[in-house]
Amino acid sequence: MAVGIKVQNLKAWFGKTQALHGITMDVAPGKATAIIGPSGCGKSTFVRCLNRMHETIPDARAEGNVKIGDTDIYGSGSSAVQVRRRVGMVFQKPNPFPTMTIYDNVAAGLRLNGVSRGRELDAVVERCLTSAALWDEVKDDLKKKSGASLSGGQQQRLCIARALAVEPEVLLMDEPASALDPISTSKIEELIFSLKQNYTVVIVTHNMQQAARVADFTAFFLMGELIEMDKTEKIFTTPSNKKTEDYITGRFG
Amino acid sequence: MTRTRFQQGMDELKQKLLMMGGLAEQAVDRAVEGYRRRDLKLCNSVFESESAINRAERQIDELALDLLAMQQPMAVDLRFITACMKINGDLERVGDQAVNIAERGIELIGLPHVDLPVDIPRMAATAAGMIRRALEAFIAGNADLAEAVLKMDDIVDRMDDEVYIALVDRMHNNPEITQQALDALLISRNLERVADHATNIAEDVIFWVRGADVRHGGDHFKSFSSGE
Repeated sequence: MAVGIKVQNLKAWFGKTQALHGITMDVAPGKATAIIGPSGCGKSTFVRCLNRMHETIPDARAEGNVKIGDTDIYGSGSSAVQVRRRVGMVFQKPNPFPTMTIYDNVAAGLRLNGVSRGRELDAVVERCLTSAALWDEVKDDLKKKSGASLSGGQQQRLCIARALAVEPEVLLMDEPASALDPISTSKIEELIFSLKQNYTVVIVTHNMQQAARVADFTAFFLMGELIEMDKTEKIFTTPSNKKTEDYITGRFG
Repeated sequence: MTRTRFQQGMDELKQKLLMMGGLAEQAVDRAVEGYRRRDLKLCNSVFESESAINRAERQIDELALDLLAMQQPMAVDLRFITACMKINGDLERVGDQAVNIAERGIELIGLPHVDLPVDIPRMAATAAGMIRRALEAFIAGNADLAEAVLKMDDIVDRMDDEVYIALVDRMHNNPEITQQALDALLISRNLERVADHATNIAEDVIFWVRGADVRHGGDHFKSFSSGE
């Protein structure tokens, strides 16, 4: 079930360099929220803080309050592994496990969590590949072909299927279509649209048309600060803040 | 590119729209002047103006469509281009109203002259003045000026109502001048429509500048006024 995310005064650093300056925002459950902004504005750092990936970088740290549903993920007693199980992530470059078959790629997370019964795994693999709109294209090669043998767009959908297999509540996507051709991009966008019925989706994108197409809400980041967040149609037609307007009309920088 | 090319396209769009506005305004002036002076040549010249307006309409639509497709504008730029497309439609309709007035004028030239209790030139001056001001507001991106146009619409509506009452009364008392009175009534109605188009243009300017939808007395969007 999709859950909301409540972020309060989130700050993040790389060594001594502060990348996020106290972000406060709510991410609506079961909706797609796009994060836009120029390079270096902190949007990727922000989403990496939502599943405690940020702290995996040497010298990087974050502080503040992030609640996924009712769980304070930075609270004492919260485990990063558990957080990442609830909050899946898809990266810019598709990263299937290259030596594993398509089937094993999707099943990997479940196996790590102790699920090993064949029938159960089969059902999850089919469900996730279907959800990721990839099943029809790969169903005959599940155990014959490696994940790396697929096209870039298929690999990215495989990564989405892999993320879905552990039944996350939130799906973070960091520029998931920026390395893909328009047809693969369109498939990923369709997918985001259908996924948000069951998941809360947060997508970082440099492509504003993409944000406009897939997101219910859009947040504009600039220099580590949240400048404005609103319904997507409002942001792209009548933003409230001049900085947002300057950025999305290309008058900025 | 591309920002420069985009800006050039936007400037060209604005320029073409202003030229079209000039043609539409001129068409109304010619039609009303043709009516006033019972000048067949002047009335006929309105048809040529209308052809030029129609050509301009197609060019503007094409340019706006190209900008939307090629540049994918956002926010104030998107509002500008959509406003231009709507203003384009309104100006084309102003041209149509001018043709309607000219047709009535031509018909009146073929009928015996009668003095009617209506001041069509005064009404035309007000309606054309609204178009001119709406276009000035468009040139300057000035929503305050556009708001002033909205207020003028009531004046023309009132004039149209007065014309209706006066002409119906006259037709009742002098049925033999019914055809002339009906023509004048239609001209008055055409001018009232010209004023409505000016109002639409002013509303589009306000939408472009402030992001506020003031049509039908409402403010649909929250105001964004830093563009002024």
